[in-house]
Amino acid sequence: MTDTSSLVHLSAAELSTRLAAGDVSSVDVTRAHLDRIESVDGDVHAFLHVSSAALDTAADVDRRRAAGEALGPLAGVPIAIKDVLCTIDMPSTSGSKILEGWVPPYDATVVAKLRAADLVPLGKTNMDEFAMGSSTEFSAYGPTHNPWSLDRIPGGSGGGSAAAVAAFEAPLALGSDTGGSIRQPGAVTGTVGVKPTYGSVSRYGAIALASSLDQVGPVSRTVLDSAMLHDVITGHDPRDSTSLRDAWPSFTAAARTGLAGGALEGVRIGVVRELNGDGFQAGVKARFAEALELMSAAGAEIVEISAPSFEHAISAYYLILPAEASSNLAKFDSVRFGLRVVPEGGGTVEDVMAATREAGFGPEVKRRIILGTYALSAGYYDAYYGSAQKVRTLVQRDFAAAFDQVDVLVSPSAPTTAFRLGEKIDDPLAMYLNDITTIPANLAGIPGITVPMGLAEEDGLPTGLQFMAPARGDARLYTYGAALEQLLEQGWGHTLISRAPDLSATEQTAATEGVI
Amino acid sequence: MSEITREQVQHLAGLARIALTEAEIDTMTAELGHIVDSVAKVREVATDDVPATSHPIPLENVFRPDVVGETLTAEQALSGAPDHDGSRFRVSAILGEEQ
Amino acid sequence: MAKADLMDYEKALEQFEVVLGFEVHVELATKTKMFSDAPNFFGGEPNTNVTPVDLGLPGSLPVVNEQAVRYSISLGLALGCSIAESSRFARKNYFYPDNPKNYQVSQFDEPIAFEGEVEVELPDGTVFAIPIERAHMEEDAGKLTHVGGSTGRIQGAEYSLVDYNRAGIPLVEIVTKPIIGAGAKGPELGAAYVSTIRDIVRALGVSEARMERGNLRCDANVSLRPHGQEKLGTRTETKNVNSFRSVERAVRHEIQRQAAILAAGGTITQETRHWHEDTGRTSAGRPKSDADDYRYFPEPDLLPVVPPRELVEELRLALPEAPVAQRRRLKSEWGFADLEFQDVVNSGLLTELVETVAAGASPQAARKWWTGEIARLANAQGVEASSLVSPLQVSELIALVESGELTDRLARQVLEGVVAGEGSPSEVVEARGLKVVSDDGALIAAIDEALASQPDVLAKIRDGKVQAAGAVIGAVMKAMKGQADAARVRELVLERAQA
Ligand SMILES: [Mg+2]
Ligand SMILES: [Zn+2]
Repeated sequence: MTDTSSLVHLSAAELSTRLAAGDVSSVDVTRAHLDRIESVDGDVHAFLHVSSAALDTAADVDRRRAAGEALGPLAGVPIAIKDVLCTIDMPSTSGSKILEGWVPPYDATVVAKLRAADLVPLGKTNMDEFAMGSSTEFSAYGPTHNPWSLDRIPGGSGGGSAAAVAAFEAPLALGSDTGGSIRQPGAVTGTVGVKPTYGSVSRYGAIALASSLDQVGPVSRTVLDSAMLHDVITGHDPRDSTSLRDAWPSFTAAARTGLAGGALEGVRIGVVRELNGDGFQAGVKARFAEALELMSAAGAEIVEISAPSFEHAISAYYLILPAEASSNLAKFDSVRFGLRVVPEGGGTVEDVMAATREAGFGPEVKRRIILGTYALSAGYYDAYYGSAQKVRTLVQRDFAAAFDQVDVLVSPSAPTTAFRLGEKIDDPLAMYLNDITTIPANLAGIPGITVPMGLAEEDGLPTGLQFMAPARGDARLYTYGAALEQLLEQGWGHTLISRAPDLSATEQTAATEGVI
Repeated sequence: MSEITREQVQHLAGLARIALTEAEIDTMTAELGHIVDSVAKVREVATDDVPATSHPIPLENVFRPDVVGETLTAEQALSGAPDHDGSRFRVSAILGEEQ
Repeated sequence: MAKADLMDYEKALEQFEVVLGFEVHVELATKTKMFSDAPNFFGGEPNTNVTPVDLGLPGSLPVVNEQAVRYSISLGLALGCSIAESSRFARKNYFYPDNPKNYQVSQFDEPIAFEGEVEVELPDGTVFAIPIERAHMEEDAGKLTHVGGSTGRIQGAEYSLVDYNRAGIPLVEIVTKPIIGAGAKGPELGAAYVSTIRDIVRALGVSEARMERGNLRCDANVSLRPHGQEKLGTRTETKNVNSFRSVERAVRHEIQRQAAILAAGGTITQETRHWHEDTGRTSAGRPKSDADDYRYFPEPDLLPVVPPRELVEELRLALPEAPVAQRRRLKSEWGFADLEFQDVVNSGLLTELVETVAAGASPQAARKWWTGEIARLANAQGVEASSLVSPLQVSELIALVESGELTDRLARQVLEGVVAGEGSPSEVVEARGLKVVSDDGALIAAIDEALASQPDVLAKIRDGKVQAAGAVIGAVMKAMKGQADAARVRELVLERAQA
């Protein structure tokens, strides 16, 4: 067999074709990715756990393919799984010490769907503890490094999943997006990520952060790959009451429509004025303007849209999320699972619970639990939680009014490129502003995608463009996202990710020089 | 400026069952104050005529038929427990009263 | 607190007006739990009737049991409540080891049923209308066992064990409004109210409603205020009072206790209290405090329940008769005397009688057995009569007596066998060989033998001194080991004596 290391550079769609044709085996593909993890993850730290069963799973897929079994399009393709998802064969910690080593007695519905579609789980990816953060620095297991620049953050909370695909450790990954945790890491790592319509992907087995905002979604290097993965994970789940019963169209087909050319002809694209303001990095704004021009040249009609309530979205979000999280995280009490810390000299169960939660939760988690407890407590509920729920209504109204005028909305996916590790860690408010562009979609339950839109002039780091569609309009994201991706790549003459630094062993030292 | 006091943080930590250290309470009081100040704007826009939204996609009457499904074994149920007696979860003595 | 700290009951009522309130939790008899598809069955091996949802495992999510919603609506209607246009679940946040998620999914500001009224009949026949504030759906908690220490109680225990089999069992909590004006009858009213709730839920078939098994649990709120005072006094909540009689006793005790404190110039602490069956007293539990900030908010994992109006009307049409109305009807249908009927009602056995009569027994026979022998056995064992035998078994027993196959005395033995779990009455008759000897041949042989051995008695009978037959009858019954119908023996003795 020839050198298989190049297999890691293939997209999931390309791997799918080669696997189906019998050009490569899943074992080869899987081994190539495991080797890649072995060689670069010491620096990137995208993974918290690497599966010991991956090669066996791959071999089983190969065997069944050889036996003539009809397999799905992504059968045999490796995938990384954000540690927020329960997996029966791997620890599921949600990035927290309080769940260190916890192996759930059940699979999340999306994980079960991956297995049923014969994808090969490679391992679990790093994340901000309980998905609280925008930099993956709040992981209890140490930060993930941005493959574009190892001293930079990979975004968060799903920095591990984004970095894993950006570093070619996996062609696909699953993420979860509560306020931007798939899209913002996608933007700062030059990858693609999708937050589906709320309820279109099951939350059963996704360790809850904020129940009314959380949504599991695909992470990949191409729009088509995310579409293919979305097709696998979507669909009604009777175990999730908020799961929609809709019949979903093929997102793969939607992406192929975008790649066929001419898809942007006559499309009305709304630019949200409030999501491209003063605080945005110049290089981000420049790339965004170019992307708009490109789409306009391709026949799209660009319209400026105002969504006045978005100004308050971040405030509403930082009340609703902590409130729901304070309740969702109450179950981590040392009784049924996870860490137990007994205070010196023993103590009552109340003391043990309080000591466990003190030792097991990191600073950001504690901050948000206390904030959420405050927002729900007697005398403050109406002013804070109640008001935030009203702002949510206003945000939905703004989206409804916007989608009366346009087919899709756009904004930069993140206000800046990846900042340096440690830069904002002690400034919660500055950290929270990273999600300013992505939060409105979560509040309204609508879908959003980030597509790489080039490198910022000033720092050479990736930027992303976000498309947002009306609820249930996920297919539009794939069509327009794929169309923009193709236009940009035609202009550059290459993919953006191909410009990412090589992290192979010889250059590792060079890349890490000057870090810390 | 801020409406958050140290005592409040202490009380909230009690409600949330987190044994914050004295130093943490100090930091948290300041941080929480800033955060609360910055999010307090929601009170101005949330006028009486605006209804609250608790679910992004409105649904209703989502039910499950009353049909028995699969259960965990006691072994599975206890598999992640810090302490158990083979069939039940074990916890330290409880102070206070049943709810 | 010394005994002297209880005020004389009559005196307490002279000085204070009693305000009561009850919270009754009813476990619904669905097949599965409120939010998971685990069997609705508490007992058996600990932690086996659980799914990830019941253990509150990370990532698990609740889904509402449709049958529990239907039962709740029926119950709400039977309580005379309005059924909400739209109802919501909410999280009640508090940490406790039996509460797997450390929040209980309950209902808060939008209960499924609200504003009702239940007619309750007191032992003296007066009817009292209890105002219902709300009935809401929620989930039960797990079961704690306290180990170590002397009493097995929570205080002094070394550690506790948790079984989550009960966690998630569907409950309806019925909350009354303040009940004012019961006067001296307050304690009886409490017992009658809980027994009426039991009758309602059992007639609906929505719960087994066995207090001794915890299917039905009552918290009693009591407060006092000086006559004429507008403002309600501070209340105490006595938790989990587990029989009708205990409700009555606990309320009476609280009235006397609070009256003594208030009369001495003291104040009542708002707190939960515990009822002690053995001493007949309550003791202080947890004071209400800031820690009771439950931070209710709408459960984001569940959607609103919007009961379709057609369903509500369908369930309304299917409602059984209200207990008080049913009592009026039964009393006249059965032709019981006032006292006889009250006796049945007061012993909480009306449902049993109805079912026994429905199974074919005569009302008088059913009354005799339930309020007599069965009640006696139940009393001796300290359980509810209804838990000993089923109405069907009682009706079978009565049928055996009426057909002459059993005498009353034998039937009592058969009943003991049934209670001991030996099977149905006919099975017990078979197994214990308790059938009446109705074969005249065997009786005649025994009689002839007895007459022959007592010639003096025979002579007396022949002389017309019929009462002398008693000695022979006694001897025959003894020889037959009691398994003979005494009346028949008497007939035959007189016959044979003249032969
Ligand atoms: Mg209560
Ligand atoms: Zn309750």
